[in-house]
Amino acid sequence: MFDNISIQLLAGQLLIGLINGSFYAMLSMGLAIIFGLMNVVNFAHGAQYMLGAFVAWLLLNFLGINYWGALVLAPIVVALFGLVTEKLVLKPLQNLDHLYGLLATYSVALIVEGLVRQQYGSTGLPYPSPLPGGVNLGFMFMPWYRLWVVVFSLVTCLGTWLLIEHTRLGSYLRAANERPQMVEAFGINVPRMVTLTYGFGVGLAALSGVMAAPVYQVSPSMGSSVMIVIFAVVVIGGMGSIIGAVLTGYLLGFLEGLTKVFYPEAANMVVFVVMIFALIFRPNGLFAGSEKSR
Amino acid sequence: MTNDTAPLLSVQNLCAWYAESQALHGMTFDLRQGELLTLIGRNGAGKTTTLRSIMGMLRKRQGSIRFKGEELIARKTYEIARRGIAYCPEERAIFASLSVKENLSLPPVLQPGGMSDEALLDAFPNLRRRAGSMGTKLSGGEQQMLAIARILRTGSRVLLLDEPSEGLAPVVVKEIGALIRRLKEQGFTILLVEQNLRFARSVADRHVVVENGRVVDVLTSAQLDADMARVQTYLGV
Repeated sequence: MFDNISIQLLAGQLLIGLINGSFYAMLSMGLAIIFGLMNVVNFAHGAQYMLGAFVAWLLLNFLGINYWGALVLAPIVVALFGLVTEKLVLKPLQNLDHLYGLLATYSVALIVEGLVRQQYGSTGLPYPSPLPGGVNLGFMFMPWYRLWVVVFSLVTCLGTWLLIEHTRLGSYLRAANERPQMVEAFGINVPRMVTLTYGFGVGLAALSGVMAAPVYQVSPSMGSSVMIVIFAVVVIGGMGSIIGAVLTGYLLGFLEGLTKVFYPEAANMVVFVVMIFALIFRPNGLFAGSEKSR
Repeated sequence: MTNDTAPLLSVQNLCAWYAESQALHGMTFDLRQGELLTLIGRNGAGKTTTLRSIMGMLRKRQGSIRFKGEELIARKTYEIARRGIAYCPEERAIFASLSVKENLSLPPVLQPGGMSDEALLDAFPNLRRRAGSMGTKLSGGEQQMLAIARILRTGSRVLLLDEPSEGLAPVVVKEIGALIRRLKEQGFTILLVEQNLRFARSVADRHVVVENGRVVDVLTSAQLDADMARVQTYLGV
């Protein structure tokens, strides 16, 4: 079985796994941050990721703003949309069961996806790579853009983790996760912090979307297709665990890549097999207890 | 607007509800500048609810809470805190995900005179030794010290303390008592919820007796000593 596997095939699939893992990590991190502070299972995360890619496409095609400009602008635009969503949809539901938030955000996802599909159709729209070409590593060809995606996502994940675990703002977020009323009694405007945190999580999703635009087709369904995997990542890592979400994102990306090499038929389901085992043997998540907040 | 005779904090006809269940039925009392006042009463009388209502932590409230002449009844919790009232809850609310040092430095300085981390660690040497530990690894007494030390960071001069002696060994209760007396000497105004009568007697100027969500008596410590039988009837002991 292993005799036919070349180093090129293995390295190529691992690279794809790493790229996918980068997106899984960034998306699941945003989801974990939102869940950790707000107890909201943000089903609109995939749609917000798709919106990031679409805004980048619109900026390029209608305003001539290139990828690097979109990398800054699109997350801001989509985060503003997230702030409005939080105010209008999530705030009225904040004292109700998780299920209400989940259903409300799922509705938002369906509406956004439907509107984009109605306006731009279902077929994907191409987005040019801002970093064409690549480097020959001998055993494989490494496109520059994919290298950029891996490095930038690592930096973003590390930066976000440092922000939450090692800054004063992060202390507020972790404390508000435990006892929001007590943090408010210290004079901190927790409702505003919650709104901004949602905006930040949405901005991260949009940033992932901009980065995904040159790799995948920009299409209305790009969010919904990745969303179910992202939820599996968050469940396996431990709901609300940021470091768990990031590490599980990369691990599952690799695992998918390896499965494509050794048993391609199982590649699409391996994540869910892991999730079932995690739920049975580590229901709080693989990384529960591995960070301060656990 | 304040003067020496006007109360610093005036609670008038305060009513409060947990969902549809009414917990306070018209609490009325005043807290004067520099005073240490206790709220005493049986379990469920409404003492903790009174503190939480003053802090705006109950959504449904009616009546009046005036602080330095300003009405607070419609204010949000963080707005009330920023005006100079700090709250230390009965369960101490030490954050499990934060270290002792992080717990201590969590509250922002809201008023002039808020203590720095270093000043607090000097004042509470036990906490300095445990600064790197997670907050919930401390003993009950250390957690209580941390909970009180933490609110001193804010610079608030009015402290609402909910049963700081609860569940602590007698020797630790003495330490907490000494700390509270020190705070009073430093000019803090303190509203203290306490079930331990001896402890309350040892630190406070006046005692407000609470029953069924309303004030039924106000006693000085001398009156408390003189008519202990009446007080014990109130407390059901």
